[in-house]
Amino acid sequence: MSDLTSIIREQSATEQIAAIKSGALDARELFEAYRSRAAADTFNAFTWVADEAPAALPAADTPLAGLPVAVKDLFSTEGVPTQAGSKLLEGYRPPYTSTAVAKLEAAGASMHGKTNQDEFAMGSSNENSAFGPCQNPWDPERIPGGSSGGSAAAVAAGHAPWALGTDTGGSIRQPAAMCGLVGLKPTYGAVSRYGMIAFASSLDQAGPITRTVADAALMLEHLHGADSRDMTSVGLREPIAVPSRESLEGLVIGVPAELTGEGVEEGVAAAFQVALAEAEALGASLETIHLPHAEAALSAYYVLAPAEASSNLSRFDGVRYGNRVEDADGTLLGMYTRTRHDGFGPEVKRRIMLGTYALSAGYYDAYYGTAQRVRTKIAGDFTEAFKKVDVIATPTSPTVAWKLGEKSSDPLAMYLSDICTIPMSLAGIPGISIPCGTSQGMPVGLQLAAPAFGENLLLGVAHALERTLGFDTGGAIR
Amino acid sequence: MSAADYEVTIGLEIHVQLATRTKMFCGCETSFGDDPNTHTCPRCLGLPGSLPLPNAKAVHFGLMMGLALGSKIAPRSIFHRKNYFYPDLPKGYQISQFDEPLCDGGELGGVRLNRVHLEEDAAKLNHAGGTGRIQGSDASVVDFNRGGTPLAEIVTEPDITSAEQASEWLRLLRVTIRQLGVSDVNMEEGSLRCDANISIRPKGQAELGTKTELKNMNSFRFIERGIKAEVARQVAIVDGGGQVTGETLHFDPRTEAITSMRSKEEAHDYRYFPEPDLVPVVITPDMIEAAKAELPELPLQREDRFIALGVEPGAARTLSWRPELGDLFEAELATDGSQPKALAALITNELLKRIGDGEVTDSKAAPGSLAQLVALTAAGTVSSSGARTVLDTLFASGGDPAAIVEAEGLTAMGGGDELTPIIQAALDANPDVAEKLRTGDMKPIGVIVGFVMKETKGRADGKEVTKVTRQLLGL
Amino acid sequence: MIDAKQVLHVARLSRLELEPGEVEQMATELSSILGHIEQISKLDLDGVEPTMHVVPIDGGLRDDEPEPSLPIEVALSQAPKANAEGFIVPSPQA
Ligand SMILES: [Zn+2]
Repeated sequence: MSDLTSIIREQSATEQIAAIKSGALDARELFEAYRSRAAADTFNAFTWVADEAPAALPAADTPLAGLPVAVKDLFSTEGVPTQAGSKLLEGYRPPYTSTAVAKLEAAGASMHGKTNQDEFAMGSSNENSAFGPCQNPWDPERIPGGSSGGSAAAVAAGHAPWALGTDTGGSIRQPAAMCGLVGLKPTYGAVSRYGMIAFASSLDQAGPITRTVADAALMLEHLHGADSRDMTSVGLREPIAVPSRESLEGLVIGVPAELTGEGVEEGVAAAFQVALAEAEALGASLETIHLPHAEAALSAYYVLAPAEASSNLSRFDGVRYGNRVEDADGTLLGMYTRTRHDGFGPEVKRRIMLGTYALSAGYYDAYYGTAQRVRTKIAGDFTEAFKKVDVIATPTSPTVAWKLGEKSSDPLAMYLSDICTIPMSLAGIPGISIPCGTSQGMPVGLQLAAPAFGENLLLGVAHALERTLGFDTGGAIR
Repeated sequence: MSAADYEVTIGLEIHVQLATRTKMFCGCETSFGDDPNTHTCPRCLGLPGSLPLPNAKAVHFGLMMGLALGSKIAPRSIFHRKNYFYPDLPKGYQISQFDEPLCDGGELGGVRLNRVHLEEDAAKLNHAGGTGRIQGSDASVVDFNRGGTPLAEIVTEPDITSAEQASEWLRLLRVTIRQLGVSDVNMEEGSLRCDANISIRPKGQAELGTKTELKNMNSFRFIERGIKAEVARQVAIVDGGGQVTGETLHFDPRTEAITSMRSKEEAHDYRYFPEPDLVPVVITPDMIEAAKAELPELPLQREDRFIALGVEPGAARTLSWRPELGDLFEAELATDGSQPKALAALITNELLKRIGDGEVTDSKAAPGSLAQLVALTAAGTVSSSGARTVLDTLFASGGDPAAIVEAEGLTAMGGGDELTPIIQAALDANPDVAEKLRTGDMKPIGVIVGFVMKETKGRADGKEVTKVTRQLLGL
Repeated sequence: MIDAKQVLHVARLSRLELEPGEVEQMATELSSILGHIEQISKLDLDGVEPTMHVVPIDGGLRDDEPEPSLPIEVALSQAPKANAEGFIVPSPQA
């Protein structure tokens, strides 16, 4: 094992940045090490890898010191393929860069690759990618989770020090959990959505997938902020602190009965209990709480997200970008339907159909209108809960990563696997997944959620637990 | 039954391009006639990941329109997505407003308004011409310069009852909006567009007939002709025992033919839902105050003010509906305010005749000279026909009215003494006319007046000639 | 729940073409998902306001200040079919 490989295996992004700044590590050598690892990636985690390091890497005195970052392919990157896991966008090179990526680059990060994902972020396994499924570095026969599967696999494999992902109903937290990493979905509006290809506009949030809680905090600090280019962005209300909390004395952790009972895999439940016991050992007290609308939230999500998606994906019509397929008669209608038939995968079509149906005449009130009211209820559930507890803990996913192909024939079963992460998405509150053990030899994630804008609290608690749980996030790096 | 046995019900939907510098949801400049696709960006091309940003000025202009039209301003206004596919619609939806428009209700010139709302314009489809054959069929080229231009949509209640009223009312709306300064309202350039919902019902029937939507009427003339043609079509259908089908129609001004636009399109289902990329626009009292502060006097208010000055209603309307004439009137009146009625008449009759299809600026009359001319006429210095001659000169080359009267020998003649010999000569030269007049049949008096005018080069006053003639004939 | 005829109607609205075999499968899958979703219709939501964005956002409006547009060659660079003037599409009238 070369020096660099051991550094990649042993050191977090925060530590590598410190090493660059101290002169102990050469940024260009490190970039090249990650770049060549990404280029040689066998998990299909990347859809594009830089040919070489940029002529000038950001200087060591920038906050992120030229450290590479892998970026989910949902983010527009000027001149660099941005394909969102879709055949329809194959070869698309946007003329502009998303705010999230631009902010990371402005802070001194350097993008070395773009990562595989479920098509337009629709999926929980990364199997819905036009560029092929991605494998879990902990077990290549298993999925890495989704939709930010490539980002998680890249970090877990040591092909990126950290990665940018997006989360609509769990797409950062769930793959982070399944790949033994830290994944943070910030409060809705904390990070600009400008340039991030929309799945469900009222739910989409960008966030970090990292090896440590401190890394997540560091990336978030350089991601968040109100953006004049995104009317729905508000930023965070206070700077993100370097998490240093060690004790959980005085902290009340709520454990929702609805998300921790039946349906949770035995090994996952066991790891979750261990994590709760560790929290208690650090001084936290536990309280069972109720989120009466958690199950309804899943249904509401599968109305709201497809409805918004059906509209967001109407722009993929073969006129201004992307692939076009014409019919034999050369008609406009034929061009639309052939382009979209050939360009979209089955899951995307299914959700467009579902969303179009839910918005169509006569069904709006029954579906979309009702789902928006359920959103009000689930937000209310959390408001009530946070009157009694400081943070909420659940397993991130009821199961560990499943075998490739295992659930792909049953879309409903796939949807139900998002039960633990969706309620937080609907309520717009921040959630973080940290590794808390294994089941079937695969990582298990602990999800913590806090009230809106409670990122510092969340990161502090996660940091304290991370120390005591002691999971080796470099365990799959070869 | 005949057309006279039916009542016509018309509602109008008007789209007005707002005269903002930039588009509704992006910073591209609004433009007309520039090279295609030179005013685009990720937002107005609907590139993946781009987001809309509402233009504050467009909201401000919308508020000005709502306030001018007496609408209720919503404290909170929501943008919706109207979903449909068309190559001129880059996102596959138009950002428009649905159940919470910026302005609710209102009234203008006796026609109630349903709403005024904001939305974005579509792009332009041009035919590709000779080179554009794609796999054996025609091609179009999309130009996104216009795409995203702010539009205000004004919807009336079905209060209009004739084609003439529709076009008259639309003129009032146009001049009102022009006066507000929020749009060029130019139908030829497409900054004012009008669709009409038209139905007929037998007189006395309470419920409205089935309405059709007539689109694409891009001039005032076409609006009147289009509505007339559609009413005639509906009357013919109903008279023939048939039923009008609710559909969207296209009027071809060349052939006056009306054709259905629905041939290939299925029934629309726009799947409106609140635009999740935007938050509600909150209208603050400050925003309303700012809009109020910029409201000018509106044409109807100006019309009332002119009438109160003593101006004839017809002239008052002409002056206020053609603001440039109204402005001229007010400028002249400021130099001499003694004869508003006569000054208004001079401008709306005589000056307007000379302007014809041209512009007010075609007149070379110096500021104040029209008011002077009116004063000279009122003082009897120049006759009304002499005044017309002076106006010819003022219009063509300007100058001082009094000097023109002097130079061209147009000083009005006095009364009887000077006129008597000339009239006598006229009667002598036309004995048959004199005979008729003597019997009290005054019809041929024009012959005498004409003779006198010719002799006096128009300096005589027509009324005075009649008076003296009667005296001479002992009538 | 949702039959083949509705599936075809929704596919048409979405400009998606479904092969004959896909219609039945789509009807079955959507029906199963809708069957699950349907549970929200049983909730008592009288008087509950719909929520679009959970987090309070007082988004400001944009000033009417021009920003640079894309050069035409950049705007057209990603188009599947274009000439020097613009994006070529099959004529809607064809
Ligand atoms: Zn633009």
